[in-house]
Amino acid sequence: MKLFKLIWKDKLAAISLSIIAVTIIAGIFAPLFAPHDPAEVNMELRFAPSSWEYLLGNDHLGRCILSRLIYGIRPSVLWVFVALAISVGIGAILGFVAGYFRGKTDAFVMRVCDVMLSFPGYVMILAVIGILGVGLENILIAFVIMKWAWFARIIRTSVMQYAEADYVKFSKALGVSNIKIIMKHIVPVALPDVAVISSSSFGSMILQLSGFSFLGLGIQAPNAEWGMMLNEAREVMFSRPEIMLAPGLTIIIVVSAINFLSDSLQVALDPKLMTSKHKLQGQTVASSAKLQGKEVA
Amino acid sequence: MLSVNQVEKSYKKGGLFSGERQKVLSNISFECKQGECLGIIGESGSGKSTLGRLLLGIEKPDHGTILFEGKSVDDRKARLGNISAVFQDYTSSINPFYTVEQAMMEPLKLQGMVRQEAQIKIDLLLYQVGLNPSYRTKYPHELSGGEAQRVCIARAVSTEPKCIVLDEAISSLDGSVQIQVLELLKSLREIYNIGYIFITHDIQAASYICDRVMIIRNGQIEEMVKIEQLKDVQSAYARKLLQMIIT
Ligand SMILES: Nc1ncnc2c1ncn2[C@@H]1O[C@H](COP(=O)(O)OP(=O)(O)OP(=O)(O)O)[C@@H](O)[C@H]1O
Ligand SMILES: [Mg+2]
Repeated sequence: MKLFKLIWKDKLAAISLSIIAVTIIAGIFAPLFAPHDPAEVNMELRFAPSSWEYLLGNDHLGRCILSRLIYGIRPSVLWVFVALAISVGIGAILGFVAGYFRGKTDAFVMRVCDVMLSFPGYVMILAVIGILGVGLENILIAFVIMKWAWFARIIRTSVMQYAEADYVKFSKALGVSNIKIIMKHIVPVALPDVAVISSSSFGSMILQLSGFSFLGLGIQAPNAEWGMMLNEAREVMFSRPEIMLAPGLTIIIVVSAINFLSDSLQVALDPKLMTSKHKLQGQTVASSAKLQGKEVA
Repeated sequence: MLSVNQVEKSYKKGGLFSGERQKVLSNISFECKQGECLGIIGESGSGKSTLGRLLLGIEKPDHGTILFEGKSVDDRKARLGNISAVFQDYTSSINPFYTVEQAMMEPLKLQGMVRQEAQIKIDLLLYQVGLNPSYRTKYPHELSGGEAQRVCIARAVSTEPKCIVLDEAISSLDGSVQIQVLELLKSLREIYNIGYIFITHDIQAASYICDRVMIIRNGQIEEMVKIEQLKDVQSAYARKLLQMIIT
């Protein structure tokens, strides 16, 4: 809750958070939000400009662009988030174990990561798609396979640094069990780092998925996906460039929002920002006094 | 109470495949009696902190045994509430996300104390180290070095352990605060009858509080003397160390 308040104070972060929240909700409840069926073809309305019925106009098959954008949230954002969560999960478990216990476990996990990371990412994703076939699931699987090692590596480094801290040594000396130490001292302290790196790679994963869909390797027609919508618009890029605008801008806005949020998360999660309750109460009193002052003036 | 027998410790040197090891401690044996304050003095890099970590059971010795009341310190259960520690770096001694109260609650909870009882105990401990109860809600970055170190000391004595290892606990504090903390340690010792292992490179501080000092050099015990006999140490190295302070 405190974190939420801190983010809320930062205007840009608050806007970003709202955009992301709206996107996620719209994606989950797409049938409720979308004014039309995203796959409904209506040839009379081909390239129709925006109207009250079709707010963002219609594409080359007369489908409602707004509805397609809303349905496209599912693969473009939500499924990417699932893939991200799985790869961060795997990376975090391995990273915590390797960084905390060190020794042979660490050496083994890190060598495996080194091997995984020495493959060129894009080429490997293409190879996985080549083996498993075209489709959204396969790209997501390829993402998980290729990304966990990177997360494991970064999380391990950050865990290592916290595991050296004297409060961890103190707990060990007291006789607290390793699992308890990890859960109580390492996870909460390393969580900000994990949140920041995963949110920053969330943006790039959305872009990558859109990129692969643009190339026609991702989700298949007639399903809607932002990258694929761009691809469809590409065919009429010179005659009707405005069709590109909607999916292009959506991607830019959502990815920027995630990046801004990840930046401000980094600031907001700094423990130095936490103040004792007395001070905080003082501050809220002061700020409410200020507000009242404003109203009077 | 604490008996150390022929302890050796070495660390791997260099990379993954180099088998070379650097010997940090060799052939360390000594005893520390209940309620005794033993000083460990040595130059930087002589292996004092390493010895401290071994005594706390955080790391295992390569050879030899460290027994606490007859049980190995490796055993978590043997340590539970009996051994505690204060470290040099007060900035990282308290979890940055914990308030003073939460930090002090940890060892008490581990002992199975109920919350209300622990609250009262924390107030008492804070009073004993000269901090008022308003400090309970503060975060570590809101404390000065001396205050943080006092909190660490309060936390260390909270379980009424039989032995506390103080690794350069006062070295990063300034002169007047050092004396205050030393006084505090002395008075706490009288209240709780705690034994201290006082690791330092400051002979003056050690002679102020310790009953015995152990002079350590390159990972070996150079000499072990009672504090009253500190002036007539035998070994050349110890004499040289003392001379440097007197002049
Ligand atoms: N985890 C470790 N891995 C490898 N070498 C270590 C490790 N810990 C300590 N050493 C080495 O052991 C030696 C003794 O270190 P130690 O920290 O015990 O010295 P110290 O006496 O506490 O010194 P200081 O007074 O500076 O704190 C040093 O040479 C150091 O390089
Ligand atoms: Mg040291």
